[in-house]
Order: sequence, then C-alpha cells, then structure tokens
Amino acid sequence: MADQSFALPEEVQSLGRDGAAATIADEDVAIEASDLQLFYGQAQALHDINLRIPRRKVTAFIGPSGCGKSTLLRCFNRMNDLVDICKIQGDIRLEGRDIYAPGVDVADIRREVGMVFQKPNPFPKSIYENVAYGLRIQGIKKRSVLDEAVEWALKGAALWDEVKDRLDDSAFGLSGGQQQRLVIARCIAVEPKVVLLDEPASALDPISTLKIEELINQLKERYTIVIVTHNMQQAARVSDHTAFLYMGKMIEFGDTREIFTNPTQKMTEDYITGRYG
Amino acid sequence: MDDLNLSHHISQQFAAELEDVRSRVLTMGGMVEDQLRGAVEAMVECDSELAGEIADNDYLINRLEVEIDEECTQILARRQPAASDLRLVMAVIKTITDLERIGDEAERVARMAQHMASENIADSLRMEIGHMGELVQSMLHDVLDAFARTDVNDAVDVVGRDRKVDNKFDSLTRQLITYMAENSRNIHSALNVLWAARSLERIGDRCKNIAEYVIYLVGGKDIRHTKLSRKLVQSKSQDEPEADELE
Repeated sequence: MADQSFALPEEVQSLGRDGAAATIADEDVAIEASDLQLFYGQAQALHDINLRIPRRKVTAFIGPSGCGKSTLLRCFNRMNDLVDICKIQGDIRLEGRDIYAPGVDVADIRREVGMVFQKPNPFPKSIYENVAYGLRIQGIKKRSVLDEAVEWALKGAALWDEVKDRLDDSAFGLSGGQQQRLVIARCIAVEPKVVLLDEPASALDPISTLKIEELINQLKERYTIVIVTHNMQQAARVSDHTAFLYMGKMIEFGDTREIFTNPTQKMTEDYITGRYG
Repeated sequence: MDDLNLSHHISQQFAAELEDVRSRVLTMGGMVEDQLRGAVEAMVECDSELAGEIADNDYLINRLEVEIDEECTQILARRQPAASDLRLVMAVIKTITDLERIGDEAERVARMAQHMASENIADSLRMEIGHMGELVQSMLHDVLDAFARTDVNDAVDVVGRDRKVDNKFDSLTRQLITYMAENSRNIHSALNVLWAARSLERIGDRCKNIAEYVIYLVGGKDIRHTKLSRKLVQSKSQDEPEADELE
C-alpha cells in the first residue's frame, strides 16, 4: 500500500492513525460493490471496484474527468441500464439485496435510490406538483397527505420558507440554486434510502453551493448520500469518506480527514495537491 | 497510469509560493543559528561587544517571522493547500514560532553574556556552559538540515538528543549550587550563568519541537506528547551515556 517516496522509521509508522484505510462494520454498510467491472462496448470503464458505502454518511467520489466516478454512481440505481452498450459484471448490493438480480423491479430500486444531476431538471409543472409527482405515481391522491408530504420535503430541502407562498407558480421561475433544492425535495419526497448527487452544485453560485452543502449535512441524518464532485474542497467540506478514482480504478478509499491531510497513495496525494498533469 | 507528471504543481505560481516560504524558513533558521553561535561565543570569550551586537539583532528575526506568517496566511486563504502542501504550511507556521523563540532565548543568553563579561566566573563553568551551547547549536543545525532535506531519520535523532541537553542543565545546576554555597559573593554571577543555561535548555526543547514538526511534515504523524516521543528521548540518552557529564 505504501507507495511513498520516503520511508518512516518503523516506530513512527506504527504510531496512531494508520493511514487512510477506513473500516466500516458490516451492519453499517448501505451499498456494497464487489468485483464490479463495467464495459461500454469493448471499452472497460470500471475495473475491479470493491467498495462499501456506509449508511447515513456522506461519501464523495473524486477524480479527473472520465475516471469513472459518474459511471460508478449511476450503477447504484441502474441508470446505466439506459445505455445499450453498457455491460456490468460483479454485484452491487443495496442493504444486502442484489440490485442486478433477475426479477428486481428497476422502478423500485430508483425509488429507494434517488438521484440529482448537475443541471437542475424540474418538470414543467408547478413547484407543488414537482414535489408531489413521485407520490402521485405511487397512487397517493389524498390532498391532505400530499400537502403534508410536499411541505415536509420542501422543509427537508431547506426551500419551504422561500416558496411556501407560491407553491402553484411554475418551477421554472425559481433560481438555479432553488431549482436544485426543489429537485432534491422531489427526490426525498418518496423517502429514498440513498440519495445520489452527481455534481449537484457545479452550476451554482458560491452562496447557493453553500446552501446545498449545508443541506447535504442535514440530509445525512436520514439518508445515505453519495456525491460526485469535481470540487475537491467541496468533497473535503461535506463528506465523511472519500474515494479517489483514476482511469476506472479505485485508487484509494478512506476517511475524508485522512485523505485530505495524509493520503496513503501517492496518486491521491498528487491529485488533491494539484500535481496531476 | 504511469503517464502522470508527478513532480510539480500544475500551478507554477503555487509551487513557487511554497518553495519561497520553505526557503525563507531556512533563511530565518540560518539567522537564528548565527545569533545563537554569537551569543554562546560572547559568553565563552567574555566578549561584551559581540554580546551587545547579538542582543540588538533580534528584531531582524522577529520581522522575518511576521513576514513568513503573512505568506502562510495568504497561501491558506488563496490556495487551500491539501495533504503534503497543507502539512508543509502547518509545519512552517509552527516552526517559525519556535525559531523566533529560539532567537529570543539567544538574545537572553547574549544579555547574560554582557553581564558575565565583567564578572569573575570560574573557567570550568564557562567551559561547561560553552559545551552546553555546542550541544544545542548542533541540535539546531541538524534540525534545520532535517527540515531542508525533509529527513525523518535526522529529525528523530534530534528528538532523542534533547535529553542530553536536559542532563547537562541538571549537572550544571548542581555545580552552580556548590559554587554559590562556597561563597555568597558568587551568587550574583552564578545566577547569570544559570539564566543563560536555562535559555539554552529551552532552545533544546524548541529544537525538539521543530524536529517533531518535520516528522509530521514528512510522514503525517503527529508524535507530540506521545509515548513514542518520550521513548525516543530515553533510548537516545541510554545509547550515549553521559561521559562528559562530570567534567
């Protein structure tokens, strides 16, 4: 594991915190990927990914463009099924259940594993209907139940105070940051177990970004969060664990505190200090 | 995967800033070394003029500390360094604090040397304190060297040598007590020697601190206040029995 150019005396090495390797107890694992390989046609995009994502924590994926971090994220709610040439080997378990097993209902998986993308994608509907959408699909029609759920989700997404007086206005009238929080509200309205965030703040200004980060911090009390970000400071700020991917391989996974102060792998070090070129 | 150009930052400007701050720490270290050497020499040679010069020069070190501090603040604010870069900046901030204090202690030694120049102090005492001065000078020199070369082994070595200085201080204290007991007119000059010795002993402690920062910088391990740190000190002093303790 030690790929470093210096050698510490043994007695110093054995001291205290042992590198960045994070151990996550079996009962705390929300998502587990084992020997995951992913191909786009002939090209292999993910190699031997073994990863345990802890429940109700924030896990960040970092790495250069094209390293496979979004691809990996999209495996967790089978979004890659939409890509015809995509083939997956190995298995991914959500709370112990193999989500790629035959007979698994993909809609079910996606209800349990919600996703938010880089660009806010509200539906061309009112604010209220955007949030209520998932619940209506589930067959909930009772107005009082919907009202309650919409308010709860909007509060959970830290948007309620800003929109409570205009719930029937079009979602497109909201600012980018508000739209992104609306999409998060839509996602949590159906009470998923996991929320996947793919560059959720990269199209937002710094203040809206901070609001999203603050929201992530609140959401982790209820949900397991996995975030892909190009902004390393953002990963450092919001995540509990960080995985560094490079060319489809997971180079290092560990406690965020360790990864950003004392990574075990030289490649991780070079990437987060800006030496990657 | 081997096509990474790992040797330098993408941001040349950032790399230059880090290099600059590192080299200024070494400049500051060199100045502190000169101050300490001068102070010890002034004491051993009864050179009041040199002592005065040393005492007056301390402000240069203080000024450099403030400048490096500001540079580090700018790097933290504008670059948000991570991993080894972050550890470098943290180590620099702490190192210059200790260097500045070493400068203060050297100034104190110089002031004592001014007082002592006109006093009649036993040659054996001057030799003893001169020897203690050599010990801390070599610690300071080696720890700066370890910082420059980011050499953990040298840093570990310096941590271990602090005990030697402490032992020297204890034996010198005992000698001074005897000296004072012999004749109460010795008390005034003996106290001056004691203050100077106390300053040198503190310099040893601060060199040990800097050595610990070097270990943190290189390996990301904070050994301060740990059993290991104590163990290094003890094993070192056992390795090299104090042959010269009772000179």
